[in-house]
Amino acid sequence: MIRSRQVTAIASTVLVCSMAMAALLLRKVDEAPPAASLQQMLYISSPKLLKRLCLGYEGLLADIYWTRTVQYFGSKHRQGGGTYKLLWPLLNITTQLDPHLIPAYEFGGTFLIAKQPQGAGDPGKAIELVQYGTQMNPNDWHLFYDLAFIYYDQKDYRHAADAFLRGSQLPNAHPFLKIMAAQMAQHGGDLKTARMMWSATYQTTHDKMIQANAAAHLRAIQVDEDVAAIEQLVQTYRHRTGHFPQTFSEMVSSNFIHGIPLDPLGHPYRLEAGGRVIVSDPDDLPFLNQGLPSGYVSKAVPKLSTAN
Amino acid sequence: MNARILHIATNTFREAVRDRVLYNLIAFALLMSAAAVLVGQISIHIEKLVVINLGLTAVSLFGIVIAVFIGIGLVSKEIDKRTLYTVLSRPVRRWEFIAGKFLGLAGTLVVNTFFMAIGVFAALAYVSHHLESADLGVLVALYFIVLQFVMITALALLFSSFSTPIFSAIFAFWLFVIGSFAQDLRNFAAMAHGITRFLATAAAYLVPNFSALNVISQVAHGEPVPHRLILLNTTYVLVYSAAVLSGAVLIFERRNLK
Repeated sequence: MIRSRQVTAIASTVLVCSMAMAALLLRKVDEAPPAASLQQMLYISSPKLLKRLCLGYEGLLADIYWTRTVQYFGSKHRQGGGTYKLLWPLLNITTQLDPHLIPAYEFGGTFLIAKQPQGAGDPGKAIELVQYGTQMNPNDWHLFYDLAFIYYDQKDYRHAADAFLRGSQLPNAHPFLKIMAAQMAQHGGDLKTARMMWSATYQTTHDKMIQANAAAHLRAIQVDEDVAAIEQLVQTYRHRTGHFPQTFSEMVSSNFIHGIPLDPLGHPYRLEAGGRVIVSDPDDLPFLNQGLPSGYVSKAVPKLSTAN
Repeated sequence: MNARILHIATNTFREAVRDRVLYNLIAFALLMSAAAVLVGQISIHIEKLVVINLGLTAVSLFGIVIAVFIGIGLVSKEIDKRTLYTVLSRPVRRWEFIAGKFLGLAGTLVVNTFFMAIGVFAALAYVSHHLESADLGVLVALYFIVLQFVMITALALLFSSFSTPIFSAIFAFWLFVIGSFAQDLRNFAAMAHGITRFLATAAAYLVPNFSALNVISQVAHGEPVPHRLILLNTTYVLVYSAAVLSGAVLIFERRNLK
């Protein structure tokens, strides 16, 4: 009996100590630099072979691959970007395994089209992915909307208008697709069109991440418009007075403007020498084309949230 | 039903419970809880899909493993323990023994699936906050999974009636794998010529068709399963299992148990 207790005590101690040691050793292994990046490797890259190997349980395998895609994109993003070499193969496998996995097209297209270092910067593959999605899910107007958005991003307004039109003809399609098709065909490159696109996205999605992204783009459009308008006023001021204003207060006291102009986040714009107008905190306002301080490099991960 | 078959079936069920077969439900419950809670945090927009895909795949694979590993021992274990002689010395015929064993294991798997189905629906209700009428498609997928179990149980029993447990397990698993490629086998047969075509077609119709019984992806996307498919699959499984069980009875009837 005593011997049995001794064995139990020794075995329990060895078990606990060994597990603790194993955990500590694993942490050391993780800290050691890897000889080759396993993250950059796909053991089986053929979707057809994977489909055969999973014995009909391809739905679960597609979910696993989609989760792996999200994890891959997220980890690369956190590390500051890079080449995203595996993004397309992972998305291709995911959508071949489950052609009806809509989030893989919606988000995958965004991951692929986003410019480096924020994404793969591969619009060709983004179009190929979403086009395959529209073929496999011909009644889902959201995918035509996403396809149009990619074309729009590439300034290919003709194909964007066509995708909007095809989407608008589907049952239950949102009415704004028809308007967007016409708008795109006539005024593809306008800021007004861009505002309409992002407003529609903001209003029609239930996804908080997409909403935050649309809101950030809408703020950027607002800043682009504001900066252009304020710089125009600065030029008018210069024509009338013969010099650039040093501060906005000078323009207020001369009744050119009613107050210090504020960006969409409520921060005052800044006036630089030479009449350039810039935002005070560009990190809070991603996707800007205008109003950026000279030499500013945008962050790899855009700050979508406006909370401080 | 014949009272003797019922007795053997009940005893088979009791024995499976005593063998702690239903312990797999604990692993299943942990799997579903983890999936329901974790997937939302590590993926995007597939919480419900994962619960359905993972839940139904787990129900299917757990059940197939149970069906094979219990099924292969149904006859051989009774011979090894010499309990078969006690049973057969009573007024029990050999075919009744086979039928009772089959019904007992099939019943165990139905009970097991019932509890797992509750787990799947509970996880589904947790991730989507409510159940919709489209979720009833999950019931159809579960029904098809039970049909899979019926076929695999019959096959395991057939192999158990003449082979050793290890070979029975290998045969049953291989037939499951080949049966999952039944559609590809038929496509191959359609493309082949001459004797190859004949042999491939024969093989395609001989192996159990498990591929038609897998509608997990379809129901996960809320796509309806045609009533005609339900009827045809049910009839197919009943007919195929009857054929396999008849084979098991024929072999077992002629087996020298001395």
